[in-house]
Amino acid sequence: MAEKIKATVLTGDDMSRIITRLAHEILEKNRGSDNLVLVGLRTRGAYLATRISGKIEQIEGKSIPTGFLDATLYRDDFRTRLKQPAVEVTNIPFAIDEKNIVLVDDVLYTGRTVRASLDALMDFGRPARIYLAVLVDRGHRELPIKADFVGKNIPTSIGEEIRVKMAEIDDGDAVELVETPAANE
Amino acid sequence: MEKEEIQLILDTARSFREILDRPIKRVPTLQGKTVVNLFYEPSTRTRISFELAEKRMSADIINFTPSTSSVKKGESLIDTVKNIEAMKIDMVVVRHSSPGAAHLLARVMDANILNAGDGGHEHPTQALLDMMTIREKFGRLDGLAIGLIGDISHSRVAMSNIFGLKAMGARVILCGPPTLIPREIERLGVEVSHHIDEVIPRADVLNILRLQLERQKSGLFPSLREYHNYFGITRERLEQASKPVLIMHPGPMNRGLEISSQVADSEHSVILEQVTNGIALRMAVLYLLAGGKSEIR
Repeated sequence: MAEKIKATVLTGDDMSRIITRLAHEILEKNRGSDNLVLVGLRTRGAYLATRISGKIEQIEGKSIPTGFLDATLYRDDFRTRLKQPAVEVTNIPFAIDEKNIVLVDDVLYTGRTVRASLDALMDFGRPARIYLAVLVDRGHRELPIKADFVGKNIPTSIGEEIRVKMAEIDDGDAVELVETPAANE
Repeated sequence: MEKEEIQLILDTARSFREILDRPIKRVPTLQGKTVVNLFYEPSTRTRISFELAEKRMSADIINFTPSTSSVKKGESLIDTVKNIEAMKIDMVVVRHSSPGAAHLLARVMDANILNAGDGGHEHPTQALLDMMTIREKFGRLDGLAIGLIGDISHSRVAMSNIFGLKAMGARVILCGPPTLIPREIERLGVEVSHHIDEVIPRADVLNILRLQLERQKSGLFPSLREYHNYFGITRERLEQASKPVLIMHPGPMNRGLEISSQVADSEHSVILEQVTNGIALRMAVLYLLAGGKSEIR
């Protein structure tokens, strides 16, 4: 069952530079922080959103509303799973109507989580527009979804996994390319 | 239920609580699933709570009322549910006056069964929502002293609370007249007292149970007024304690009997929060039961 770490694709320093760049890119595209809100996807997208939000505050000198979303209840693989995934608390303490939302997630893969999140967000209101920011895009999309802001493109094979570690819940910051046991069978 | 199972349900319910405050109070999770509410006994809170929970999860709902059904023609419980199951449903929420009714159905049916109260036996979702409410206020259950006050003998809420609270590491103190507390119940690891004024200072929470007059034979206590004098929870009684005690009641309340109106409406009462939490808790249980075969019972 042992999984093999094939490579550390991003170090903590790399991640911190990427977060700074993403913050600048978001501000450039939005022409400042007006009308801008961030929504991070639980679990690690939420920490990522908090960090980007902190960086934007540093740059612009004012804080922007940041919320957290758990899209588990909107997923399409719900019925096929044997064990239910844990549901975390969604907390979007502001109105999203007519806002420019940046949805933040750690890894973009099939696009199904993003699809579920879009549905979930629509239940909270009618945003002016939604951007997508991800730390890593690993390819293999199954839905027509594309990120507006990408930290790093990392081509992968199906048997591999991208593991994002964040100091908030893991032992430090890193992005690792992992070979999953299922791929060896 | 094991501690880990209860923990999982309470954690999940906490996440679901927020959905009830959204502008659109509905998630599509149980789309295409059909839930039958089978209530053989009268119920307001539990039935509406389950029904709302099912609607918030986008399930299709059938409400079954025995008085207008073939039960009137003498159909047995098992035949009724087997026929309903043949109509391709996924879950059954059942309340019945016979202890073990839900367990019986779970053995003969493939659909998932949820016990919404079986006679004087158990009422698991009520105990879980009680625990959810306590945990919300204190941040834990472990080490707290919970007083269950009143009619223990006829209370399924009491039984489920005892099992649940003990599993979570809380102390349970039962208090009521000797005729309303089953003998030998100490074997479940609970303390028993017959003096309410002695229990209040020791308790963090008082869960005040309804005097179930409809299930009682006569002569268990001399009069309702005497019961109120000895065991009714009043402001004067509570003021004797050095610290405030959290007041809970599973409903429906007999105001002026087991609980005074002043206490029921006081700032330490979480009776209405229990009702709100009940929906979130039931959504969580439906969610955990819905996918495949789950180990939660």
